[in-house]
Amino acid sequence: MSKILVIAEHLDGKLNGATARAVSAAQAVKPDAIDVIVLADAPDAIAAEAAKIDGVTKVLTVARAENAHALAAIYAPQIAKAAAGYTHVFAPSTTFGKDLAPRVAALLGVAQVSDVMTVEGSHSFKRPIYAGNAIVTVDVPADQTVVATIRTASWPAAASTGSAPVEALTVDATLPTHTRFVELHQGKSDRPDLQGAPKVVSGGRGVGSKENFEIIYKFADKIGAAVGASRAAVDAGYVPNEMQVGQTGKIIAPELYIAVGISGAIQHLTGIKDAGTIVAINKDGEAPIFEIADIGLVGDLFKILPELEQAL
Amino acid sequence: MKILVGYKRVVDYNVRIQVKPDGSGVVTEGVKLSANPFDDIALEEALRLREKGIAEEVIIVGIGPADLTAHLRNGLAMGANRAIHVQTSEAIQPLTAARTFLKLVEKEQPGLVILGKQAIDDDANQTGQMLAALWDRPQATFAGKVEIADGKATVTREVDAGLEVIEAELPAVITTDLRLNEPRFIKLPDIMKAKSKPIDVVDFASLGVDAADHVKVTHYAAPPKRSKGVMVKDAAELVAALKSKGLL
Repeated sequence: MSKILVIAEHLDGKLNGATARAVSAAQAVKPDAIDVIVLADAPDAIAAEAAKIDGVTKVLTVARAENAHALAAIYAPQIAKAAAGYTHVFAPSTTFGKDLAPRVAALLGVAQVSDVMTVEGSHSFKRPIYAGNAIVTVDVPADQTVVATIRTASWPAAASTGSAPVEALTVDATLPTHTRFVELHQGKSDRPDLQGAPKVVSGGRGVGSKENFEIIYKFADKIGAAVGASRAAVDAGYVPNEMQVGQTGKIIAPELYIAVGISGAIQHLTGIKDAGTIVAINKDGEAPIFEIADIGLVGDLFKILPELEQAL
Repeated sequence: MKILVGYKRVVDYNVRIQVKPDGSGVVTEGVKLSANPFDDIALEEALRLREKGIAEEVIIVGIGPADLTAHLRNGLAMGANRAIHVQTSEAIQPLTAARTFLKLVEKEQPGLVILGKQAIDDDANQTGQMLAALWDRPQATFAGKVEIADGKATVTREVDAGLEVIEAELPAVITTDLRLNEPRFIKLPDIMKAKSKPIDVVDFASLGVDAADHVKVTHYAAPPKRSKGVMVKDAAELVAALKSKGLL
């Protein structure tokens, strides 16, 4: 019988939406219990949010001063201890989960399954390889704890109408002091979060400069969309790295994705394959982005974007 | 100090991979193979640390079949001092790779291990974290900037929220993100010089690593195809199409 521990991701005292997506994947295993674990210095507000996620049996909090920042070296020994009695440990496949889950798995002496797209059985999953150009079915031995990261773009966020109990947990784990948090420079933005937004507008090298990117922001704001970018736009310094969409950046699945001045390299397409509707605007009619776009428009983005705003 | 660098050989990033019709794997016969792009960045960073006088020796490590030698020669031509070739014909999963690296770490006693953040074939993103856990040392994943001084690494990490700076006491494991550096090109004279650099061949079985098949891949499939799209001729048509789908 399955019992799943989901690791909560949070920042600045707020639960990250990726946690509710990991709970959705946990529900697909049809387990007897889904517990969410919150490691923090002050976990109460975060735990209260986690308790509302549908399908959660209970929320466990581990309050320690050392847990103020999400360092894998600090979190992993605590989660490895807390994992006793659980058949599965799930984390979202965000930079937080990718950093932490393999460290937990190694401490437990088991393999880890990355980027779970679908649950085929309690120990059988589908995941992408080769930048999403092949999908493999993987089986974890039945006697092993399943440690997995959940590809958030493949799972809807579980609803927030629940009211699970919250329990404080004391974990007897010696924590290392060899790794220390210094600071976090956050990209300040009033726009919707890239990974959770229903609409995303992305710009690529075709936008041409940091200043020109204003035209992308302006259009995105007009339709209430988050803004993303291709690797070329990030490397050219037009936008910060956390806006990168693709194999090595963020993998997203909005209802509407509008790619502007993006040619569509394999590595970029990986990040958007699951979008509901893909729109491509590019002056090169032969650009590979048109092969996967649902709606394509060939033309100059500097002419088309203002026209679009007019037509709205 | 010594720096150990993981140097995996993968299908070149420009190749459009084909899944075999019977679902038994992907076609790798006759396909161009290259260094994993993140590993080239790892090697470049190690070479720069050596050029700054922070490291004395850069050792690349490859795990794979006998013909991996040519691949390792490329890393030596780029500038690594020597190579360790752990020879095995089996496909190695991240946990086994981490256990293998741990054996080499115990033998070589490096001050730093630099790996790519992920290999572009299995896209696992696990080996560095697993090695750090087994070794009980710090990990600094998704590194965008590395500074080494006073026995510690100050690493700027590319995280979802922005850029996070952490301090890791050495020895430590760093995994590289794309923007850490621009790997150098290999020059012809360096290819000649690399021929005389040492490659230690170690039989995988002799290391005594537990390589039980941890996760079994039972089937390969091509991703679902998206249905053919339509082209519109101007902005007005595009807006109309999106409005009819209820997206605007």
